[in-house]
Amino acid sequence: MKEYFLIILGGLLINNFVLVKFYGICPFLGVSKKTDTALGMGMAVTFVMALASVFAYVIYEYLLVPFELTYLKTIAFILVIASLVQIVEMVIKRFSPTLYQALGVYLPLITTNCAVLGVAMLNTEAIKIGAAEVTVNLFGAFLNGAFSGLGFTLAIVLLAGVREKLARADVPKAFQGFPITLMAAAIMAMAFSAFSSLAF
Amino acid sequence: MQHKKLSQIAVNGLLNENPTFRLVLGMCPTLAVTTSLINGVGMGLATTFVLFCSNLLISLLKNIIPDKVRIPAFILVIATFVTIVEMVMNKYMEGLYQALGLYIPLIVVNCIIFARAESFASVNPVLPSMVDGLSMGLGFTAALAVLGSIRELLAYGKLGGIVLLGEWFPGIAMLGTAPGGFLTLGLCMALFNYVYGRVTEARAHKKQAKAKEENV
Repeated sequence: MKEYFLIILGGLLINNFVLVKFYGICPFLGVSKKTDTALGMGMAVTFVMALASVFAYVIYEYLLVPFELTYLKTIAFILVIASLVQIVEMVIKRFSPTLYQALGVYLPLITTNCAVLGVAMLNTEAIKIGAAEVTVNLFGAFLNGAFSGLGFTLAIVLLAGVREKLARADVPKAFQGFPITLMAAAIMAMAFSAFSSLAF
Repeated sequence: MQHKKLSQIAVNGLLNENPTFRLVLGMCPTLAVTTSLINGVGMGLATTFVLFCSNLLISLLKNIIPDKVRIPAFILVIATFVTIVEMVMNKYMEGLYQALGLYIPLIVVNCIIFARAESFASVNPVLPSMVDGLSMGLGFTAALAVLGSIRELLAYGKLGGIVLLGEWFPGIAMLGTAPGGFLTLGLCMALFNYVYGRVTEARAHKKQAKAKEENV
């Protein structure tokens, strides 16, 4: 039970995917101009990360490990993710057009989001959370995917909130656009680095 | 004509469309591995190799790959070269392999490689695609080297593992951590924008002055 709690806390705060681990920086900087689009992107990524974690774990444990093909994991996982994104897109389009309209544009982008491949790869080894180390099982992999995704959502929505205010600020010309956004992210990362001292 | 075009492509990746400072692509490795000069250059060269090979192969295969399945096909090509890099580094560069860790397999999802495959290699002949891959890769490597040097020097007083600043230098440890990555990249990007803006402005002025002279 304690392990699951650690995975949840690690995904959300201690090992925050964006601000501590640097996974998924491209959408973090690219799709964070408005809070509602940031939230849409965050939820889409969370959904795919949770699903991809489960599928990648099953393929790794029951296919690659028994046949000693673990060196193929990069290729296997990226194919799983690419086809998963495609299927998710088709399913959502068929059954929930409203959700499709909200997430539609972001879905294809998720294939090349390193947060998704990152979480699938992390699940194959012991995960360091603060001072503890956790090996995941299938449910742990699902939790790690889902809550790392929520950690991503938290970071991108927070940054979008800052950028909405920044849009009306008087920023020096050289700092306009990405540089000032990176400054804001730096300050957020400082705040998040404090979580690493949480110990159990 | 062909020659000039190739040189333009070569300069493009290093300056006008520098993947890090101008296109803002491939940010994850840029921030994560630039804690030292060697890590930055290692990552840059690994990416350059993958970019060069995937551009070459995709440009060769562009007429065979059906348009509908091009994205999975590109990903497969890129993932194959990344796996090669991973195996070679694991065998011959143990230290660098450990330091870069998960970011080596994550070269697969580096948006620079995919962006060049989609926007350049799949519509251009082989030779320009090779030059483009090399130039983009070296532009990326140069950016990582600059960031890595700044962070290593200011955080640990070293450069390439050699102590440059003596004991008197306390070291700004923060620059070696996550917030320092964002901060250094932000400041470098602002500086690049400032210089680039100044240069293009000066060029525009010169052109205007010249045009005026000709009119008179």
